[in-house]
Order: sequence, then structure tokens, then C-alpha cells
Amino acid sequence: MRRTSLLGALAVALGAALALTVLPVVPTGAQAPEVVVYTARHYGQEAAFDAFTKKTGITVKLLAGQTGELFERLKAEGERTPADVLVTVDAGNLWNASRAGLLAKVDSPELLANIPAHLRDPEQRWFGLTVRARTIMYNVKKVTPVELSTYEALADPKWKGRICLRTSSYIYNQSMIATLIKRHGEPKAEEIVRGWVANQPILISGDTKILESIAAGQCDVGLTNHYYLARLVAKDAAFPVAPFWANQSTTGTHVNVSGAGVTAHAKNRANAVKLVEFLSSPEAQQMFADQSFEYPANPQAAINPIVAKWGKFKQDDINIASAGELQAAAVKLADRAGYK
Amino acid sequence: MPPLAVVSSLARPARDVWAHLWRTQLLELTLNSLLLVAGVGAGTFVLGTALGWLVTSHDFPGRRVFEWALVLPLALPAYVIGFATLGLLDYPGPVQTMLRRLLGPGAGLPDPRGYWGVVLVMTLVFYPYVYLLARTAFREQGAATLETARTLGRSRWQAFRQVSLPMARPSLVAGASLAMMEALADFGTVATFGYRTLTEAIYRVWYGMFDRVAAAQLATLLLLFALALLLLEQALRGRARFVQSQRRGPGVQRMPLTGGRAAAATAACALVLTAAFVAPLGRLVVWAVGLVPTWRTVMPAFGTVLLNTVLLASAAAVLTCLLGLALGYAARLHPVAAVRVAVRVAGMGYALPGSVIAVGILIPLARLDHVVAAITEWALGRPAGLILTGSAAALVVAYAVRFLAVGLQTLEASLVKIPPSFDDAARSLGAGVTGTLTRVHLPLMRSGVLTALVLVFVETVKEMPATLLLRPFGFDTLSVAVWERTAESQWPEAAIPALAIVAAGLFPVFLAIRLSSRSR
Repeated sequence: MRRTSLLGALAVALGAALALTVLPVVPTGAQAPEVVVYTARHYGQEAAFDAFTKKTGITVKLLAGQTGELFERLKAEGERTPADVLVTVDAGNLWNASRAGLLAKVDSPELLANIPAHLRDPEQRWFGLTVRARTIMYNVKKVTPVELSTYEALADPKWKGRICLRTSSYIYNQSMIATLIKRHGEPKAEEIVRGWVANQPILISGDTKILESIAAGQCDVGLTNHYYLARLVAKDAAFPVAPFWANQSTTGTHVNVSGAGVTAHAKNRANAVKLVEFLSSPEAQQMFADQSFEYPANPQAAINPIVAKWGKFKQDDINIASAGELQAAAVKLADRAGYK
Repeated sequence: MPPLAVVSSLARPARDVWAHLWRTQLLELTLNSLLLVAGVGAGTFVLGTALGWLVTSHDFPGRRVFEWALVLPLALPAYVIGFATLGLLDYPGPVQTMLRRLLGPGAGLPDPRGYWGVVLVMTLVFYPYVYLLARTAFREQGAATLETARTLGRSRWQAFRQVSLPMARPSLVAGASLAMMEALADFGTVATFGYRTLTEAIYRVWYGMFDRVAAAQLATLLLLFALALLLLEQALRGRARFVQSQRRGPGVQRMPLTGGRAAAATAACALVLTAAFVAPLGRLVVWAVGLVPTWRTVMPAFGTVLLNTVLLASAAAVLTCLLGLALGYAARLHPVAAVRVAVRVAGMGYALPGSVIAVGILIPLARLDHVVAAITEWALGRPAGLILTGSAAALVVAYAVRFLAVGLQTLEASLVKIPPSFDDAARSLGAGVTGTLTRVHLPLMRSGVLTALVLVFVETVKEMPATLLLRPFGFDTLSVAVWERTAESQWPEAAIPALAIVAAGLFPVFLAIRLSSRSR
């Protein structure tokens, strides 16, 4: 008896789960206007989407996933994809999606006006929305800013055993190496990376962990994205780590973006363009900046006060699309240089 | 099928990628993967067997609690336990910070990153596979077996080594090989500990060089190792077949431990449980408590997410076990090498990283879906969308494919112990194939079936990559909720859904233990 009831319960569960599968098939009938977003960004964007719905009456349907997998899903769905907009992080990923023909060109004077040229695709298939600076972080008790200058200078032997780095599997490091290649050419870039490796960096998975390790004194300097520090400072104003804006007298600090593009087979193309335009507006940009501590890509939006305290800095104005083009080369370079 | 999709990538060899990897790191990473598998295999085998033996055949304070509690580490995703453990033991963590405060700035522990750290953590996370199967096996042996050995003049230790252990070997090896396949496929934990294995190369090529085909080709190396593991497993099971003619005895007579031995047994169980479960859980609880006031805003729709998770996991558990049973049974009815091998190969996908298998499911599924849509369009004369891609049904199938090995290994381990003479008897009494299965085999396999259901259920609750890739719109599960936060390094925010995963896993574990105890 007991077994029968157990099996019965399981059968009901199975049936219920399968019934759920029918839901997507049921036509939604006369549809409210909507836009379907595949997103590899997971935080700090809900407020902006809600504001968009409030303003336009267009519902935003979200599917969150990992970049590589969302890319495969979009590709496999082809012309029947339900996705209208792809939101993802890192310029390399945006470049890769546009190269694969997944994103369509958008002619929008508003977007061109809102987003600076180096933060968008030259062919207008994707637009950077938020900016993350990857710069040198230092322990304020152990390092004075005069000791620091450029990314390249971290190859100086004086930093031996004092650096914490992410591994080179981390996409932001790959983008950074890609821009080094663009600036200096491959041989020189490899020499710089070999210099870092010769300083025997402590490899740590996680930007937050690197910042905690710097604060605890395991290392003196490291490279991380700025907003991880902002999160820690928001919780503890006395957190003993500060950013140093690298390469101010040379090429500018390396930046990357999260961004969006309209898919090549969007069913709700007009709504999709409207959404991306809205996300680039000062109103939405402000929400991004406040929720995630990123820099707004649109210069008209104000920077979050915690981040604003760190001062203005010169961004590397190399077009970030080149990070994508050279990313595979960057990975191979890291392998050759022994940067794990 | 997904393993085949992966193998088919070999049709277009990415020579330059292979040449580059060969020159730089392929050997190192391959060796690292093999060392990891060996370490985790040995660690889980010893720990799982020892604990299984301890709780089934001894009595000591706390035994009744430990018997089910020792399964709990399985309820947390490995990468969560790994991250929490690392966070406790690394340089900025509380343990080393306290050491520095007490003993001066030079004091500390060796860096927990690297080989030994990963092996330790994975052993702690994956030993329950061996433990669960060992426990079932030792229980199923019954008292008579061991007592016969004792009356023949063997000491308790000799009886264990010469009788119980060999008889349980199919189960123990099955459990250890599940742990080893997990270790091969793992990406999150090794990445956290900075230990580079082949999975890292796979993701590097896929995400970094944007070359999925070459990544799939690298994944075939993992399949090759899984195949080797399978052959090794067959060899280790040996030619001997142990069947048990008598099961429903009074069960193993537990030897009461007293004094120092009892204390040592309790301490050993407590130590393992603390390191593998209580400490990481404590870390999660501390994080979660800080966020309780704002929880509603951090995660609305919690109830729906929990319900989605439980429904999916129940469906996956039932489907996977039915498939596992069908395959295991096919191998029993047709005991020829070809069938045995085919059945085993079907489960090998477990050694592939979740994302690779998820894409391996997605691509053929989407192709089928396009065909269906084209036919619908032709029939109805209006555009049709995709109905399979991004449906809960596809997701359940994906789980079944991914976790087939878990169901199969567990069920087979119990099935092989039923003497073939039972089949003959049942058949000669007029029972058909189905009748023999439902009336003779299933009742005898009760513990094994429950174990398989629980394992697949818990695995599904934790599963992340396939869930992310194949789920329907707005259909979030607990593991997605955990991942969305950890992917952004927001570990405190991930704590509450992670604790809910533990709770969701706890219930069936508890239920199964109760049901299998009652069956005696």
C-alpha cells in the first residue's frame, strides 16, 4: 500500500510538471505589447526595465543565462527565436554575437547621441550601456600612489610577490590583454604579460576575493573592476583599499562595457529599439549607476557618489570592439607567457 | 545522444587550437584531471565505505542521526561548499585572520588552493555517493552472511574484509565512479581553488577563443577518460558475481561500541559532517541572516521558484529512474557484451561539464523543433514558434540524460545482487517480464530504488547549466537563483536560495531513509 501511494504521488508530480510544459504552447491571444530580452547581466537592471514598462506600456520578458549558452540558444533558435534584445557583459561577447550575425544594425540618432563612439560597435549592432573600469587597486596602508603608474609597470621586479591577479581565463583580463596587443603589438604585449608572470602573482578567483586579500595584506596591489570595490566600500567605508587610475599619462585606464543589441530576427523590433534607446537615456543610466556602481555610458547621467569620490579619469578610448577581435589572440598569448 | 553530438564535433578537427594547446598546456591539464580523479576516487571510496560500515554495523552515540545526516553534503552544490570552505580557510578568512591576530602577522596556514584543497573538498562533497550505496549494500547483506563468516572463525575485521567488502564491491565501485565522473566534469570547484583541469581548457577555448567546436572536441577527451573509468570499473567488479539468496533477515547485528571507541566513532562522524556540511552551512546562515530584513525585495516569487524546483526534480527523478530501470533490465535480460556496453555508454554523459551536455541537448532539440515548426507552418499557413526549445518537458529530458548514470549505477548495483534463479522461478510460475519486475525485483530493490530517486532528485535541484539554458521564460528555479547571484560575486544574496536548496534536498533524503528503514 505504502509503495502504491508513493508511486502515485510521484506520478502526480510527473504529470504536473509535464502539464507545465504545455503552458508555453498556449497562444497568448491578442497580445499586449512586449519585448523579449535574453540577458547575461543579472543584477541592477530590474529597476530600469520596470521604468520602461511604466513609461511605454510594453512588457519586458526576461531570460537570464550565461553568455556562451545564451549565444548558443539564440543561434540554435535561428529565425524562430523569441528574443528581441540581447543584453550581455564584456565587449568581446558583444563582438562575437554580432560576428555570428545574431545582432541587427540599428539606425538611431538617439543612441548615437547618447553613447560615445568608442563604447559602441562601429557598425551600430550593439551599444555599450554601462562602463566598468579595470584598474590597479592598492592597500592604502602599504602602498603610496606615487609608486604606481601603468599596467605595464606592474611588470617591474619591485612588485615581485606583491600582486594578486585573476586567472587569464577571466574574460575581463582577456579583454585587457587584447587592448595591450592593440596598443603595443603582440611581441611587446607578450613581454609585458611575461613581466607580470615573472613577478609571481597570487592567482585568485574572484575580484571581491582579490580586494579582500589586498585588504588583509596577502598582497599589496591587484587588478579588479571598480564596482567590486564600490560594493565593499558601501558596506564598510573604512575598507583599506583604493583605486589607482592606471595609465593616465599614457593611454588611459582600461574600460569594458555591458551592452545590448537588437537581435537579427526580432519579432518586436520597434519595441526592441525603443528599449535599447530607453536604456541609454539619462533616466535609465542613472538607475544602472545607482544599483550597480558602474559608470553610466551616457555622459549626461550622474555617477554614484561612492564612485564619484574616486575622481574623474581618462578612459582608454580604443574602440572596445577590438577587444573581441583580439580576444582569441589574447588567450593564446597568455598561454604562451605562462599566465595561468 | 548528447555524448554523440560531442563526439561528432571531431568531424571538423580544429587543428590550430589543438596544436596551440599541445604546445602550451594540454599535457599538464590532462595530468591534473587524472590526478584529481584518482585522488577523489580514492578519497570517496575510503571515506564513504568506512562511514557506511560504521553506521550499519556498529552502535554509538548519535548513530541514528548520523545515519541520515551523513548524506547531507550532497544537498549543496559542490561549488557552494568549495567557495564557503575556501572563504573560511584562505588568507583573508576568519581562521587565518584569527591566527594572525593571536600569533603575529607571520602566522597562518598553507594556502588551501591547489591540488590537496580540491581533493579534500571534493572528497567531502562527493563521499555520500559511496556512503549511500555502501549503506544500502551493507544493509542488504543481512545478518546471516556476516554471522556465517564469524562462525567460521573469522574476526569481525576479517569478516568485513573477506566477506562484506567483496560482496558490496559493485555498489562501492559504482558510487566511487559517480564521484570520479563528477570530478572529471567539475568546473566551478576547480576554478574556485585555482586548480587547472581539462574543463578549464574547454571553457577557455569556448568562451575565450569563441570556438565551441574545438571545445566540444576537447570534451571528447573527458569521454575517453570516462570510458577508461568504465572499463576499470568492470575490471574492479571482477568476474565474481555475488548474489544474495536471503535478504529479509534481522539485518546486521550492530556491535555496540563503548568508551573510547564509541567516542572516536561519534567524533569521526561529527568531524566529517562539520567539515563537509555544518561549516559551509554556517557560513550561508550568517550571510542569510544579515539579509533577512530585505529579503522580500531581493527575491520576490520565492514560493513559485520553490514549487518549480520541486516539480522539475520530482519529474526528473521518476523519468530518470524509469529509464535507468529499463536499461538496467535490458542488460539483465540480454546479458551479452554489446548490450552491457551500450547501457554503460548511455550514462557516460555524466563525465561531461553540464554546459557542454546542455548545448549537446539544445542543438539536436532545436533542429527537431525547427522541423516541427516548419510542418506546423505548412499545415496552418501561419508562422509558428518553437515549442520544445525552452519547455519544461525538454528540461526534464535533459536532466534524465545528464543524470542517467546516477540512476543506472544505483539501480544496477542493487539489481545484480538478485539471483538469476529468482527470475527463472518467477517465469516458470507463469509471471511475464513485467510481472517479474514489479512483483519480484522491485520489492527486493526497494532501498536501491529509493536511493536512486533521492540522488537524482537532489542532483536536479542543484543542476544549473542545463536549467539555465533550456528553461521556459520566467521559469526560475532555486539553482538559477543561486547562480544569478554568485555569478556577480553576490554570495550573501545567494545564501537564502542556497539554504532553500538544502531544505528541498533534505526532505527526500529524510523520507527515503525513513521508508528504507521501515522496509526491514
